[in-house]
Amino acid sequence: MAFFRNATSVIDAIETFFNTVDQGVLVFKEGVSNYLHGNQEAFSNNIAMMAKLEADADDLRRDIENKLYAHSLMPQIRGDILRLLEEMDNIIDTAKKNLFQFDVEVPNIPAELNQDFVLLTDMCVSSVSAVIPAARAYFRSPETVKDQIHRVYFYEKEADKLADALKRKAFRQMQGLRLSEKFHLRYFTLHIETVSDTAEKVADLLSIMAIKRSI
Amino acid sequence: MFFLFLTSGLFLGWSLGANDAANIFGTAVGSKMIRFHTAAIIAGIFVIIGATAQGSGTTHTLSQLGSVDAVAGAFAVSLSAGIVIFFMTKYLLPVSTTQAIVGAIIGWNIFTGHTTDLSLLLTIVSSWITSPIIGAIFSAILFILLRMLLKRLQIHIIILDVYIKWALIIVGAFGAYSLGANNIANIIGVFVGSAPDVVIDFGLFSLNGAQVLFLLGGIAIAIGIFTYSRKLMIEVGNGIMALSAEAAIAVVLAQALVLFVFSSTAFSGLLKNIGLPAVPLVPVSSSQVVVGAIMGIGLVKGINEIRFKTIRGIALGWVLTPVFAGLISFLALFFVRNLFNLNVGSELNGTVAGTAISPAVIESLPQTSRHINLIWPGISLMVLLVLSAVVIYSFRQQKRRLVAEKELLEKEKQYNISQHALTNSEIRTVQLENVYLQNEVENKRKELINYALSIIEQKEYFEKISENLRSLINEKGPEVKDEKLKKLEVEVRQRMSFNDKVEEFNIRTERMHKDFMGRLTQLYPVLSANDIKLAVMLRLGISSKEIATLLNISPKSVEINRYRLRKKLGLGKGANLTQFINNI
Repeated sequence: MAFFRNATSVIDAIETFFNTVDQGVLVFKEGVSNYLHGNQEAFSNNIAMMAKLEADADDLRRDIENKLYAHSLMPQIRGDILRLLEEMDNIIDTAKKNLFQFDVEVPNIPAELNQDFVLLTDMCVSSVSAVIPAARAYFRSPETVKDQIHRVYFYEKEADKLADALKRKAFRQMQGLRLSEKFHLRYFTLHIETVSDTAEKVADLLSIMAIKRSI
Repeated sequence: MFFLFLTSGLFLGWSLGANDAANIFGTAVGSKMIRFHTAAIIAGIFVIIGATAQGSGTTHTLSQLGSVDAVAGAFAVSLSAGIVIFFMTKYLLPVSTTQAIVGAIIGWNIFTGHTTDLSLLLTIVSSWITSPIIGAIFSAILFILLRMLLKRLQIHIIILDVYIKWALIIVGAFGAYSLGANNIANIIGVFVGSAPDVVIDFGLFSLNGAQVLFLLGGIAIAIGIFTYSRKLMIEVGNGIMALSAEAAIAVVLAQALVLFVFSSTAFSGLLKNIGLPAVPLVPVSSSQVVVGAIMGIGLVKGINEIRFKTIRGIALGWVLTPVFAGLISFLALFFVRNLFNLNVGSELNGTVAGTAISPAVIESLPQTSRHINLIWPGISLMVLLVLSAVVIYSFRQQKRRLVAEKELLEKEKQYNISQHALTNSEIRTVQLENVYLQNEVENKRKELINYALSIIEQKEYFEKISENLRSLINEKGPEVKDEKLKKLEVEVRQRMSFNDKVEEFNIRTERMHKDFMGRLTQLYPVLSANDIKLAVMLRLGISSKEIATLLNISPKSVEINRYRLRKKLGLGKGANLTQFINNI
């Protein structure tokens, strides 16, 4: 049946898209860690990998969009689904942008802050890792979405706290740093934090979408 | 003559198709899951099948209520129902074809003196009340089951969408079948008593007079669907779809089941066989069943807000529609009999309404009837239909092709226009470039002439110097020699004014500030060429000392020139000359 064949191909594309986003944030986490520990070669590999994954995610999103319209699939909720995919795509875009900023701006991060940055990145990546199963759940059992997204909100709040602590540490305790360096650190903290903010946005969207499906 | 009278029934069928198809396929069409034409074809086909195959049960009940045995009477009854529906729809009052036809039949009973079977009337009226309630129960149960099933199966939303699409088509087809089966009695029921005594053989199947009327009624409904239901389908569809696709399936299926239950002789017989009370085979209002079904879904979802206004409106329709239809029917029958002198039905004072036509009679093919063989005409018709379909399809394809070609031509035209515009602008650019190049050539020519003249002048000058020096060498008197040397020195110094360079500079500045010079001359015609030259130099930010060198005059003279320029420009004491010039 052509209808089912088309539907299955879209499902496969969505699954691959989610996997790509998941891999993207993992590479981001690894990239930040490699940068902090001075593993330049590994960091360069992470950047190349990130660029590829981001491009793949973009292609997949466009492919899904085309298929949904071409085969007139889900005319009522198509808009919601495409918005969800766009927001998910924003996550990998943000992660890529952040990693590239590390590469371009080469921020001077004191070794005392390495652990804080690793923790912050880890928390942000956890929020994304929590939102992906929730997004998958929307497609099969929307009633479980709510049970899954509370983890995203938790990780996002934790990331906020860590970022706040990091900024305080940089500005109040690191007297040896110049003001410009402190500003630079603050920007990078904000950049990393954006990843969990984007995940939170996806969680908000998913929550509304799940309610809409239950009405 | 019979077919002329039948038109009122067919009109009723057309309006039923236009209004009620939205309850069946509204969801699928309104949500753009299937195209209107596909929905209309499926609904049309299944309405005709339902009407022809299963329309006898409800017809029998209506004929029990009042067996209209004269075609003119049937016409008046059907027309009265049509008029009531038209006006009540116009004034947005809830109306049902069933209630209108029942009222009109009672009007006929009263006019012809037949007694109405009150217990049967009670059964019919109670079905109007019970059908939305049953619809609510069915839809609630179906919705709960569907929800449980979906929860358990956890089907991917995209696969589910495909299932829903097909489910809506299948359920819609079933709904159309049930609508035809249940509501055909409203349209054709009153004419069945006067149906022509014929059997038409279509080869694969044969139809008696009553069934032919059902077929015609079904076709009228199908035409109503095709011609007039699109807008309503989209409107109602969007309204129902606001629930969710699963709920919409439950609503449409519940409606189809209710209509089926109230029209199926087989189901009624089955219930009777297992010792349960038989369901009365009564035509019910599909719209009211849908309202009940939607309320059933609302109750399952825990929405306590029951629209009492809607219920009150429906209840009002239960009373108003039959009363109006009865009155109009009575009046119509009076006019038809007294004005046109036509028989509107047998008059039997005080007896129970005429002979009811049983479903078995409707479905039988009596041997005594006139047999009409339509095998070959039927085959010809089918061939004709297929050919027409092929012709229409190829015509459409050609039309599409032509439209595409037209679009292509339009695009090519647009492309040519833009190309033309581009070429024109290119030509203009080239022309401007030519003018610029001509000016360049002219300037170069001037420069060359100046250069040549300068060479000649310099040659002549140096020849003169050489001659003077030679005469100096030959000079004997030292005093005269000194005097001549001084004179020569002054001459050489005067010559050091770098005339050619200054001239070149002037040409260049003139070229660069052509627009500015134009504006300045236009605004201040009193300015001399030297004033303009000075203004240009000031605009370039050249200091007075530098200007003095360039113009080969003393700085004092530059100051005087500046003063004159200020005066001519009308500047006050505090005004900045350079700033003023820059602002021009």
